[in-house]
Amino acid sequence: MEITITPYKHSDLVKVKGRVDSATAPQLLEALNAKVDSGRYKIILDFSELDFISSAGLRVMINIQKICKRYNRGEVVLASVPANIYSALDLAGFTTFFKIYNDVLAAVGSF
Amino acid sequence: MTTVVFPGRYDSLAKIGEFIRRAATEAGFDSLATYTVETAVDEACSNIIEHAYGGEKRGDIECTCNETDDKLTIILCDQGESFTPEEVTEPDLSLALEDRDDHGLGLYFMRRWMDEIHFEHPPGGGNTVIMVKHKARIA
Repeated sequence: MEITITPYKHSDLVKVKGRVDSATAPQLLEALNAKVDSGRYKIILDFSELDFISSAGLRVMINIQKICKRYNRGEVVLASVPANIYSALDLAGFTTFFKIYNDVLAAVGSF
Repeated sequence: MTTVVFPGRYDSLAKIGEFIRRAATEAGFDSLATYTVETAVDEACSNIIEHAYGGEKRGDIECTCNETDDKLTIILCDQGESFTPEEVTEPDLSLALEDRDDHGLGLYFMRRWMDEIHFEHPPGGGNTVIMVKHKARIA
């Protein structure tokens, strides 16, 4: 898994590439916790090059979303979600918890 | 039938995933069906490391893929403590974000995405998980 963070004026773009499983989910949690700890609660997860996500990754996503949405201070949105990953998010009931944009541009523009 | 033994560590999961993807692709499963099998096996192996072994580097995971005309069967064996996943309840998808529990999704994926799952406790100890995906029901 590779994480690339690009800060924008109103949000942060976090590109997650490769595989999020029990081995790599702690790194994703650490990266996202660092963002929210610095007071940045508007986060875009770019999944365009994400190959796989297990329940360990979904746990990270839901816990960070709970933190970001608290007091209406922000939220996590998703961009460029591959079809297989979307199926996992849909089965888990996550498509109601996260806005999903077709591309990064639309997601950045939403904030 | 192919069997590979992987060390019970989380960094084995990517290699286990490769092994499963190859078996599912060779069995003729499409991209989504292959993804569902890879997910189910990843979740089962993560559970073995976390719950049967109680942590990493305490034992191996023996992974067998057996393709027949109508199905792909995956058998996972460990030598850890017996655990009873039947007792884990399914997540309540109707709950609002703040009330949703962050656990229970692994078994939920296994149950929903495989056609059959059997948990066995062999007399010699450990656990055996048998998961079946039928070719006729490829998602």
